[in-house]
Amino acid sequence: MIAQPAPKRDVLARRDSIVAGLRALLPETGVIAEALRLKPYETDGLSAYRQVPLAVVLPETTEQVAAVMAFCHREGVRVVPRGAGTSLSGGALPMEDSVVVGLMRMNRILDIDYADRCAVVQAGVTNIGITQAVQGRGFFYAPDPSSQLACMIGGNVNMNSGGAHCLRYGVTANNLLGLKVVTVEGEVLEIGGAHMDAAGYDWLGLLTGSEGQLVVVTEVTVRILRGPEGARAMLAAFDSNEIAGACVDSIIASGIIPVALEFMDRPAIHACEAFAHAGYPLDAEAMLIIEVEGSVAEQDDLLEKISQICRKFDPISLKISQSAEESLAIWKGRKGAFGAVGRISPDYLCMDGTIPTSRLPEVLRRIGEMSMSYNLQVANIFHAGDGNLHPLIMFDANDPASFEKAEHFGADILRLCVEVGGCLTGEHGVGVEKRDLMGVQFSETELEQMRRVKSAFDPGWLLNPSKVFPLKADAA
Amino acid sequence: MTDRLEPADEAALARLVGEAHAEGTPLLVCGNASKLGMLRPVQAARTLSARALSGIGLYSPAELILAAGAGTPLAEVAAAVAAKGQHIIAEPPDFSALLGGGAQTLGGAVAANLSGPRRVAWGAMRDHVMGVRAVNGIGETIHSGGRVLKNVTGLDLCKLLAGSHGTLAVLSEITLKVLPAPERRATLVLRGLAPERAVAALAAALGSPYAVSGAAHLPAAQAARVPALAWLGGAVTLARIEDFASSVAYRSGRLRADLAAFGAAEMLDDAASQVAWAAVRDALPLAAEAGAVWRVSVRPSAGPAVARAVAEAFDAAWFFDWGGGLVWVAGPATEAAHDAVCAAARAAGGTWMLLRAPEALRAAVAVIPPEAPALAAITRRVKAAFDPKGILNPGRMFAGI
Ligand SMILES: Cc1cc2nc3c(=O)[nH]c(=O)nc-3n(C[C@H](O)[C@H](O)[C@H](O)COP(=O)(O)OP(=O)(O)OC[C@H]3O[C@@H](n4cnc5c(N)ncnc54)[C@H](O)[C@@H]3O)c2cc1C
Repeated sequence: MIAQPAPKRDVLARRDSIVAGLRALLPETGVIAEALRLKPYETDGLSAYRQVPLAVVLPETTEQVAAVMAFCHREGVRVVPRGAGTSLSGGALPMEDSVVVGLMRMNRILDIDYADRCAVVQAGVTNIGITQAVQGRGFFYAPDPSSQLACMIGGNVNMNSGGAHCLRYGVTANNLLGLKVVTVEGEVLEIGGAHMDAAGYDWLGLLTGSEGQLVVVTEVTVRILRGPEGARAMLAAFDSNEIAGACVDSIIASGIIPVALEFMDRPAIHACEAFAHAGYPLDAEAMLIIEVEGSVAEQDDLLEKISQICRKFDPISLKISQSAEESLAIWKGRKGAFGAVGRISPDYLCMDGTIPTSRLPEVLRRIGEMSMSYNLQVANIFHAGDGNLHPLIMFDANDPASFEKAEHFGADILRLCVEVGGCLTGEHGVGVEKRDLMGVQFSETELEQMRRVKSAFDPGWLLNPSKVFPLKADAA
Repeated sequence: MTDRLEPADEAALARLVGEAHAEGTPLLVCGNASKLGMLRPVQAARTLSARALSGIGLYSPAELILAAGAGTPLAEVAAAVAAKGQHIIAEPPDFSALLGGGAQTLGGAVAANLSGPRRVAWGAMRDHVMGVRAVNGIGETIHSGGRVLKNVTGLDLCKLLAGSHGTLAVLSEITLKVLPAPERRATLVLRGLAPERAVAALAAALGSPYAVSGAAHLPAAQAARVPALAWLGGAVTLARIEDFASSVAYRSGRLRADLAAFGAAEMLDDAASQVAWAAVRDALPLAAEAGAVWRVSVRPSAGPAVARAVAEAFDAAWFFDWGGGLVWVAGPATEAAHDAVCAAARAAGGTWMLLRAPEALRAAVAVIPPEAPALAAITRRVKAAFDPKGILNPGRMFAGI
């Protein structure tokens, strides 16, 4: 278990007056302080870690957020911003002395502008909610994390979330134009707008992926894109991870960038097939799902080119979807991967390192060896085009020793990712989970540089405490 | 110490900056100094150039990744990736015609975060910076990001340093994402449209499913300056499609039909497209104008209002890139003209950059928009977080910072 620092005693002692102060700022239902009703906010997608906060506030406007922030700043109370709480790294984990600022009631779409291809939405709008609002006109919001039904744009901005299609469309950072944010002192700032590129420092770029460390985001201006004429998937299965990896390299080297290029290893294929009955080849060691876009003729053309490349690697099966339904079936297993693994083992840790794609076979081999020595099963799902690896480590939560082992196994995988030239996290963020591993990727000088940037926004270190940065300076 | 420092490696760079920090000596930080004519003039006793930190250290085409010293000439990077059928995604402009400087370095292009026509569809230079190594104003070497395409570990200092014009740290190495270059390009040209109509046509093109990767409009006088466009005789509105040859043929045909309401489109072939878009990218239609040049960034539909406002205020030459979202303006190098550009940008909710002007004007006016007080305070604190003594390019972006 990762250690959390002790709460501030003086804040806990002032709990009643702090809650009363918050109640004066918000509507009746906007403040939660009863133990039972605080329970749902005690954890996020990393459910092994739990802590009931001091209070939860649910503001409905930027002004209310600003009032809460100014109040907490004056009172020296720590604040944990929260969207849907789907973070897999414990990014939204409360502390006992903290106030959770939940953005879920700020769920309105404020403006949609098709001519300028942007939309202004509040932080609590779900990821899918943006696409749903614009798809009638053939538009979509590109980043599509698997959690998109639940996760909110404010959370996406703070995690710089990716999705299956970021090989073509980029991650959250590449799809934003502006933000409205509240500083720790309660000042409202406008960053960017409906235009492209900042003239001064790139605050938009810095705040994206800042994991609630710098500001609270209340509004987001996103780019919306016109969708392609159509999309279609194919499936290619191979005898070994090496061969599948070489095939990925060959596709990219040919000049084709598919919109999605997903890799599953044998355990992942088996788990997903048992769950989704998608027709995955059970005799394969590795499988690729490849998706292309365009008119039907363009899809045919690209899928044929890709098939020709795949054939050079002696695939044990090659299946080109002939219809939208078949594409859906091919995706069904992949999209249900977490649920599928959940059926085999109710408890699993979803890791999230990135590696140079050329190192894939070696990394999968070494993860296999670790799996043997830890005696824990692992299934690997991989955004192959961009090197983002998701090993799902299965364990038994009823057995503390098993969880302990799973955490060590995960840490070993992440160290391996850094060792081969990659990083600790490609899209899930550092949060609590990887906080103490930051020294593997960054020198103390570099961590200090980042801490000074954090201090420039949050001099008292009140925002989202004990995440991202190894604890030491956090206590300051 | 001489007045011109050109460290041969990163360790020497760190040592020199560390010494300057200890002495409190301001440094003019540059690559090949090709962009010195931009933004505010820097008062510094010494010049620190990263040009000797040159060379491509890593290029892995199958991983879409290239890393090179900040001093590597951008043309060398472009040639290396072109040899493998790839390209630099953001299509960074070359302002040698506009500013009269020499060949730019990779570090300069990243530090200025300047992007060309493809920006409208594929993102800015900063979107493709996957990693940086740099020396901060204390002389400490730091890295951010890495050599992989997806990385959210820690604060994204890559984006902060891209576009910081050497005021926070001296870039020593940059890792870029690259992509396969298109097999073919084609450009649809609509003729004789007024600015509002042109921007509406470009919005339709960019809002089509055909992956338009460039969207510009040049009034007659500016089009006449571009050989590939002059023969069309009049204002031109351009929409580019880049992809495999078969896709380009199909999509440009479909787009042409979709845009029929805006007139019958001419078609530029691959070669003519390359010439035309290089001209748009480098602002060649304005390079021959005397006086000042501004880049104004606004929501695309506001481009025509900006053009109208500046044309009413002074004898302005202008054209649009980014579907109307980037308004290039040339006019007299006077404070009155500058104020008019700023007012037009502000009225449209956008930003400006004074890209070219005599030093006196650049020293006297806000070359980029001043920030609101609360944000300006953060700017000062972040500057101090990297460069506590203010020795790196002091005053380049904002007076006194
Ligand atoms: C089943 C499942 C699948 C997933 N798939 C993906 C995937 O494909 N790709 C991917 O990238 N991630 C994925 N995730 C992770 C997660 O969904 C993303 O990180 C998501 O962006 C979190 O959004 P949220 O609204 O739930 O934010 P939360 O979990 O509530 O918060 C995330 C972080 O952002 C901060 N935060 C939230 N809102 C704000 C705000 N308004 N202002 C300031 N800080 C804020 C929080 O403090 C926290 O640090 C998955 C998670 C699950 C459970």
